[in-house]
Amino acid sequence: MTLSVTAPSDATHQMADAWRRQTSLRRLYTAIGVGLLIVALGSTMWFADEANAGHFFDRLPHLLDFLSWLVPKDWNDVWRAMFDIASPHDTGTQEFNFPLGRAYVWGSFYVPEYFELMLTTLNVALVSTFIGFVFAVPFSFIAARNLTPHPVLRLIVKRFMELLRAFPEIVIAGLFAAIVSIGPIAAIIAIGLHSIGALGKLFYEINENIDMRAEEGLRAVGANWFERVRFAGLPQVLPNFMSYTLLRIEINVRVSTIMGAVGGGGIGEELKLSISRGFGAKTIALVLLLFTTIFIVDQFSAWLRRKLVGEQAFMMSA
Amino acid sequence: MATMTADQIQSIEERFPQVFQRPFHKRFGPLLLLGGIFLYLLYALWFFNLPQVMRESHWERLPLFLTQWISYDVQPIFRLDEPQITAKYPRFSVLGPDPNPDWVKTNADGSVTILIDGTAKSITFNKTQATIIANGETVAVALGTGKPLISGPVPGWITAHEDEVVADMGFAGEARVAVDRVRLRKRFLGWANFVFDTRSPFFGKSASEVASLIVSGPELKPGTSNLALAGDNIWNNAQWQHGDVWTKLLQTIVMAFLGTMLGGIVAFPLAFFAARNITPSRLVNQVLKRFFDFMRSIDMLIWALFFTRAFGPGPLAGSAAIFFTEIGTLGKVYSEGLENIDDKPREGIKSTGANGLLVQRYGVMPEVIPIFISQTLYQWESNTRGATIIGAVGAGGIGLKLWEAMRTNSNWANVFYMVLLILLVVFIFDNISNFLRRRLSRTIHDYNRIQAEQG
Repeated sequence: MTLSVTAPSDATHQMADAWRRQTSLRRLYTAIGVGLLIVALGSTMWFADEANAGHFFDRLPHLLDFLSWLVPKDWNDVWRAMFDIASPHDTGTQEFNFPLGRAYVWGSFYVPEYFELMLTTLNVALVSTFIGFVFAVPFSFIAARNLTPHPVLRLIVKRFMELLRAFPEIVIAGLFAAIVSIGPIAAIIAIGLHSIGALGKLFYEINENIDMRAEEGLRAVGANWFERVRFAGLPQVLPNFMSYTLLRIEINVRVSTIMGAVGGGGIGEELKLSISRGFGAKTIALVLLLFTTIFIVDQFSAWLRRKLVGEQAFMMSA
Repeated sequence: MATMTADQIQSIEERFPQVFQRPFHKRFGPLLLLGGIFLYLLYALWFFNLPQVMRESHWERLPLFLTQWISYDVQPIFRLDEPQITAKYPRFSVLGPDPNPDWVKTNADGSVTILIDGTAKSITFNKTQATIIANGETVAVALGTGKPLISGPVPGWITAHEDEVVADMGFAGEARVAVDRVRLRKRFLGWANFVFDTRSPFFGKSASEVASLIVSGPELKPGTSNLALAGDNIWNNAQWQHGDVWTKLLQTIVMAFLGTMLGGIVAFPLAFFAARNITPSRLVNQVLKRFFDFMRSIDMLIWALFFTRAFGPGPLAGSAAIFFTEIGTLGKVYSEGLENIDDKPREGIKSTGANGLLVQRYGVMPEVIPIFISQTLYQWESNTRGATIIGAVGAGGIGLKLWEAMRTNSNWANVFYMVLLILLVVFIFDNISNFLRRRLSRTIHDYNRIQAEQG
């Protein structure tokens, strides 16, 4: 340090000591923090390993075993599975009964089974996002501090949206599965309700940051609450709303796949079946289809969001 | 206000063409979008076959299920074709093996009175006659003629079938009267046997009795202290399975923690190679970024299914699934965070002749660490919620237990218990994560302010 080269006074010594003390204290805290984190990681790993049916180190050598069933004997079967074309390996088992799932639309023109399932999953995501959007917009204006018609109403709506957000989707799905029968409608209701809460929160946070001058102008000419929200609030926030809604579609496609696996219909169900039975070609076809769809949806949504709100869309994309 | 002449209107129109002559897509875009959405919804209506699904759905079950979340019922049967009218309770009834509830009264003349909701809703019967009281009305049913016969008018809350008379008493319960038996359902608000189940020696004792037994009572089970016995009885409560539920809940929390932390640890170094301002090789950047996209796009579900097959069902599979997805998600947000940093501190460190690693340590990390931690916390929070769902496909945790409890359609109180626990956990974790992120954002804020002050 250059300080110690020039004639060191008492004051500089004191300063250097104080700095050193501070640094060592901070290092100690960091070390304690990292130590705690390591202990937490170690103990949770041990706990997860103990509670699991198969143990990590026992199963590790078998980790790549899945390749034995996943890699199909004939790679062409992947395409046949995807497009429902009869396979020469068909022996009547479920593993190769590709043409069975064809959904005939017109004459001999059919939609392959997996595309139809993927479409179901996509539609579940889109319809539930739509439900979320339709309810979240009015709720968000009621819940925004600066635009709320009444503070008590604001509190009620806010708590309600919090509840919708935290309530496990799977319970709503299970409840409605018992009412409207198991399938995509129960999944739509569950994901839709969750989306209301999730979108509503993001929306009202945007609403609270709007420029209030337009609203004041409308208030001055005697506009009622609906008119103020419609003409002063909505035009300012709509691009951001759209951006978050697109983000929600991305998330909901994933969620509706998972919902499918627990009985919500769509591609998740088929995927679960296929992996648990060890159908190589079918699994690869499904994973490929799902992967491509999610990738396309993500890229399309990212492109549209960039057009709507610019780079801002990627500040907190998680 | 003076009316405008045609000339004035014309001149305004000419001066503001952007308002009056907007391009076609701007004028009709929103309308077309709305029309498109409407058509799509019609298509969805057809695709999901909504009218038929709605016709076949059982909405009357909804209030029933919802009341079962916070209530339980007891369903005794009274046989009338035996010499003595005695109550028969189903096996494993919540009232225990030897119930003698005070709402069943045997009268002096041999008849039995059941108070379903006090005396306002009650039923009194012997072998030949039953009297049902509810909603301020009294209905007499004669049982002696081989068929239950109602004398007088039949009120709306009673349904008379060929061989059975059903009296609906709303939330309180119902009575079903036939010539050879009376079947009752009495509903109680609350959760039955939440602390001790019917097999426990503490069953049916009040809180003070249990407390005094624990403090100074004789050992109920030789060789075990009463405290240990009570703890064991609560933990292994057969009806509520507290022990199992709490263990599974802990598994869910562990899955989210482990998956997110390990994902962060792996994504952290990779993000430095994926950020184009830190690693100048476009090939490495692109390869890593596509790798992150790949990990994210292979859904958490697919990872969960694969790892459930590899490790067997349990939290290890769930942790691994979250871990793999998080490498992608955190890698992406970390590398985006790195690409948005201010380059000046790095240049400053570089100018002192520091090597590459030190430049990252002192020129980059102080700036990004708060952002990284904040985003990791956010992911942890959302994974705590997500871990519940993937649990249902066998990846461990409370999800599967929840799903199984729901499938039977009879355990709604247990479902609600687990839901409350999950809500509590989510609430606590949200608050911890919010608190930490607020602290961090203050750090980020201070950092930016100091930067701004120093120019």
